[in-house]
Amino acid sequence: MNFLADPITFIIEWLRNLLIGWGLSAGWVTFVMKLLGVAVVGSFGLVLVIFLIWLERKVAARFQQRLGPNRVGPWGLFQTFADVIKIFTKEHITPRGVDVVVYNLAPLISVGAVILLWAVIPFTPNAIGADLNVGVLYLVAVGALGTLAILMAGWSSNNKYALLGAFRTVAQMVSYEVPMVLALLIPVLLSDTMSVNGIVKAQSVIFLVVSPLAAFLFFISSLAEIGRTPFDLLEGESEIVAGYHIEYSGLKFGMFFVGEFLHAFTVSALFAILFLGGWRGWGVEQFPILGFVYFMLKTFAVYFVVMWFRTTLPRVRIDQMLDFNWKLLTPVGLILLVVTAILQKIILVSAVPLWVAVIVHLATSLLIGWATVQIIKARQARRPRRQPVAQPRPVARPPEATQA
Amino acid sequence: MTLEQVLFLVFAVVTLGSALMVVTEHKMIRAALWLILALFGVAALYVLLNVGFFAVMQVVVYIGAIAILFIFAAMLTRKSMEDIGPQVNSGWPAAALIGALVFVSLAWMFSRWSSFAVLPPALADDTPALQQLGVALVSPDAYVIPFEIASVLLVAAMVGALYAAWGKNE
Repeated sequence: MNFLADPITFIIEWLRNLLIGWGLSAGWVTFVMKLLGVAVVGSFGLVLVIFLIWLERKVAARFQQRLGPNRVGPWGLFQTFADVIKIFTKEHITPRGVDVVVYNLAPLISVGAVILLWAVIPFTPNAIGADLNVGVLYLVAVGALGTLAILMAGWSSNNKYALLGAFRTVAQMVSYEVPMVLALLIPVLLSDTMSVNGIVKAQSVIFLVVSPLAAFLFFISSLAEIGRTPFDLLEGESEIVAGYHIEYSGLKFGMFFVGEFLHAFTVSALFAILFLGGWRGWGVEQFPILGFVYFMLKTFAVYFVVMWFRTTLPRVRIDQMLDFNWKLLTPVGLILLVVTAILQKIILVSAVPLWVAVIVHLATSLLIGWATVQIIKARQARRPRRQPVAQPRPVARPPEATQA
Repeated sequence: MTLEQVLFLVFAVVTLGSALMVVTEHKMIRAALWLILALFGVAALYVLLNVGFFAVMQVVVYIGAIAILFIFAAMLTRKSMEDIGPQVNSGWPAAALIGALVFVSLAWMFSRWSSFAVLPPALADDTPALQQLGVALVSPDAYVIPFEIASVLLVAAMVGALYAAWGKNE
């Protein structure tokens, strides 16, 4: 195996041979290799966050016509390192009346739930933690743990704002899980597999082209799932101060922060895998390491759009957020799923060429999207938009003033 | 003892221990969290049985949906931080009797069962088995009628929930 073409597989093979050379049995070698893989992928994610925070600040600054961090290191690259060191030295304050075990467990689960997602992400054609045959379901299952962490944090803090924030978050995450799973099922139907790597392999035409509506649904609902603007109701500063992590300080707060950033990046990576073809690109057959480059480029492109949303959109109200989900995204997702399933079955049975199948799916997707927009327009024309603020009421006057 | 047996014992202890904590814990939310750990233990047992699909479904359905709803409801209905009421009601002797009877009869059945020593056949990747399961659920000469009846039951439950939640003042 050529080192330059596929360094990851090369290193894995070299390590395996080294361990076997030391006289370990095959089972122990697999165990040690898996353990090392977990450590490497997990650390990669956590170190990446340091870069992501810098990137977020820099990009947000540019959107707001500022410079952003520019003092520590070239382009302010080391600013986040300084911040990390600072947060390590901060005091851990445990308020009175908290449930200590649950309170301390919540930030751990929050980060762990995100890192667990990385287990099934294919970085290159060969480098994947575990190519589960139920990979997509695994993504949904692990997503539930993040909800759990927020509930635990909100409840154990013994603070009404934290509890309210947790309620909002769970309402949002549980609701938006529905359209997200519906949108996730479209790539599963199109590629006929639930394995994440299998979905990447099936995308000779990327699924963003095949089913743009599913990509749109997935993107919107995953934005809500990670609690990014415009769905960042869980930390509405003006209403509930900071939401579920109000009582956390120092590194424990930092872990929620890390989990949030890493989750945003992971969701971008999932979008790149499910709809943009993951590691697919020119020359990957000869040089698998190029797949990693393509994957990261696609992921960062999606992540840029996430940051773009964050810096340019206002926050929605909670009733708008729930209306949008249950009255628009979920019905559209259900219709799209049923129609795609029937079409895909017809296509499989009739064995039409690929380009016909792509055009049929694309046309259906666009048609459903167009019809949805038309229905919304018709409804809006029939019924005037709800007033966002209360109408000004007539000024109250004391009765003697009116009598006089 | 093989590694698999050790893992089985560990997961069994975790499952039973946390199940015990569910019924002895005073705070309701903590009991719900113990329940989640018990359900995780069951999911791990599914993994040991080489049915990853069931393990993942266990996490999706029981932890992702049911346990979260438990916690949500418990948080909404009570003073969740200081919940120290009595843990048993007046029906506890009957419940204990029935529980003991079920346990004894199960133990008696298993003591007469001779297949404990049989080693499980080696399983390949469970994708084909999963596809067989999916086909069997909707094929007319297998389980389509129970499957559809379960669906009708769920729809009925949904309609009932909608009716209950509709509100009297509409």
